[in-house]
Amino acid sequence: MKQHILPAIRLTAICIIFFCVVYPAFIWLVALASPGHGDGERVSVENRVVGYAKIGQSFTEDKYFWGRPSAVGYNAAASGGSNKGPSNPDYLKDVQSRIDSFLLHNPGVKTGQIPSELVTASGSGQDPDLSPAGAYIQAARIAKARGISQDKINALIDRHIDKPLLSLMGPEKVNVLLLNIDLDKLK
Amino acid sequence: MKTQIAGVIIMYGLMVLLAIPLGRYIAKIYEGKKTWLDPVLNPLDKIFYKLSGIRAEREMNWKQHLLALLTINVVWFLFSMLILMNMSWLPLNPDGNPSMSADTAFNTTISFISNTNLQHYAGETGVSYLGQLVLMLFQFISAGVGMAACAVVFNAMKERSTEKLGNFYYYFVRSCTRMLLPLSVVVAILLAFNGSPMTFKGKDQLISLQGDTVHVSRGPVAAMVAIKQLGTNGGGFFGANSAVPLENPNYFTNMVENIGIALIPIAMVFALGHILNRKRFAWVIFVVMTAGFLCFVIPAIYFESKGNPAIANLGVGQQLGSMEGKEIRFGSPATAYWAIVTTTTSNGSVNAMHDSLTPLSGMFTMMGMMVNCFYGGVGVGFLNFYIFIIIAVFISGLMVGRTPEFLGKKIEAKEMKIATIVALLHTFLILAFTGLSSHMFAGDPKTYAAWLNNPGHHGFSEMLYEYTSSSANNGSEFGGLGTGVPFWNITSGIVMIISRYIPIIGPLAIAGILARKKYIPESAGTLKTDTGTFGIMIFAVIAIVAALSFFPALSLGPIAEFFSMK
Repeated sequence: MKQHILPAIRLTAICIIFFCVVYPAFIWLVALASPGHGDGERVSVENRVVGYAKIGQSFTEDKYFWGRPSAVGYNAAASGGSNKGPSNPDYLKDVQSRIDSFLLHNPGVKTGQIPSELVTASGSGQDPDLSPAGAYIQAARIAKARGISQDKINALIDRHIDKPLLSLMGPEKVNVLLLNIDLDKLK
Repeated sequence: MKTQIAGVIIMYGLMVLLAIPLGRYIAKIYEGKKTWLDPVLNPLDKIFYKLSGIRAEREMNWKQHLLALLTINVVWFLFSMLILMNMSWLPLNPDGNPSMSADTAFNTTISFISNTNLQHYAGETGVSYLGQLVLMLFQFISAGVGMAACAVVFNAMKERSTEKLGNFYYYFVRSCTRMLLPLSVVVAILLAFNGSPMTFKGKDQLISLQGDTVHVSRGPVAAMVAIKQLGTNGGGFFGANSAVPLENPNYFTNMVENIGIALIPIAMVFALGHILNRKRFAWVIFVVMTAGFLCFVIPAIYFESKGNPAIANLGVGQQLGSMEGKEIRFGSPATAYWAIVTTTTSNGSVNAMHDSLTPLSGMFTMMGMMVNCFYGGVGVGFLNFYIFIIIAVFISGLMVGRTPEFLGKKIEAKEMKIATIVALLHTFLILAFTGLSSHMFAGDPKTYAAWLNNPGHHGFSEMLYEYTSSSANNGSEFGGLGTGVPFWNITSGIVMIISRYIPIIGPLAIAGILARKKYIPESAGTLKTDTGTFGIMIFAVIAIVAALSFFPALSLGPIAEFFSMK
């Protein structure tokens, strides 16, 4: 054991220099050239930073598209999911009350039309996206709240759909924050 | 849904296509042959050896290898405890996060030096940036240790009789500087350019579109996420791991991170083929591993895409599958795929909350960890598989009435004893500790009410998953379990430490003992190990020893939950 102790300590020290200092410093330097300069990509409206493009926000007013339920209230400094099991009776009650609340705010929508993503919590609690169906189902409510025709809202959603990667891999999605920013600009 | 399935298939295909050339490269670096990165990395390695006072050409026997390995791990343990318990006043702590309590620091330290990365803290609030960087150090070097141990076993399997099995530090340094470091640089840069932060600034504060005040955690994310994926570590920068948008911003990064999980474990198998010059044997191992992997991944994708029957009963549409705990940008198939890849290898990073998986998918993730060698961790995955090979050779030998031989070496009582102990230890640790915690909970449900986030069968699954993950050195969790208390910190810490070192010591000892034995050239009477028949034999041994022994426990948890849901 003795003959290994000194090399072990010295080797650890060198590993600290290379893997804790040199490696992250190098990545940090390279990241300065990335779109957000390594700080994360912010979105501004009229020179005011309103959020990060990739982090979901809480929207509760009828005039905005709502994102998915969040177990942490869209707290971007404490990510997390509900960790509820699929058969948990309390959890199923929560889902039922989300369905009821959604129906209340969106008269005319039937339960079967609600995509499950709108009544189930995301994994991070910061999911920035909806499926296109999750956005279209809210169009009527928003049209009414804003006094804009529903066709215009639908057209806005159409423009905001992100196609699958290379149109080949993964799901279609809509970024809720970017959608709502453009919604505010709609006349 | 079609594009989502296509995404999964392409991801798997790319992973294997990349692993084949990487395997050739790994073989070269362990054998000291020339590679195109030499002009840069030879001088770098020399710095490592020189400053540490290591003579990399000095060959060691298997006992000296173990001594070197264990000594350096003791140094790491002390260093990590020191940092984690003093983070609050050390530099690089812009968010003012506290130091860890002794029991949490113990758990976290064991967790990271054992390549497990079980996290009983949340990255946003539980560690400083200095803490994150130190944990990232262990993500490199604990993976390097696993790969070095694997390289020793590869060396010992060669056709000759010897005590000398290369130099531990040589294998270790080369694993870190020639594989983990260059691959991490590539992945980290891809992540940074897709939106993962790489900054030393603290939390950002802003007013959201609707007018709420929001704090956004950031940090040196890209650098850490790269190595956590590649070194089968899994310890995320943020609490919700790769489900968090800043840690895994889009479908492309999800593919990169997912491929990173099993890339080196698969490449190690191909490397074995090159080092022993037995490519057919390597392919037999790969096919057995893949067959096992497919047994888990196909049903998991099916069940997650089908959705949760209890939610279906409430009447809402589940076109996207079961979405609780998942993210829209990945979708159900890619999430189920990740869940199986991360558990069959001992990675443990997650892009969704495993606690909310439908019952049988949850079971398949657990089975992936119970078997723990369908690809497995970097280095240690093959070591686990090696144990099953030894057992399979022995049983096949008995069945046909011949002395069991493996690659020209006789397998005798001593090796079999070691192999059996290692194989059964995993089962024993998981079941004994799950039994203990269940007994405590059932005896006094009020005192321990905070442990479980879900009632009934699923609550039992949460405890079973925790010890399975600890013993497999995986690190993923059914996150609802209230683990931030001394009981869970200490017991899972004990399980992690035993199940890290015994499964390294065992195979190393067997390989070392076998290497010393006389080499018997293959003859017509030798049991052929590179055939389909032998592949089936290994698969059967794994199914019986590793999977079936857990059947009673799985029946109480996920299987019972599945049948209770209509």
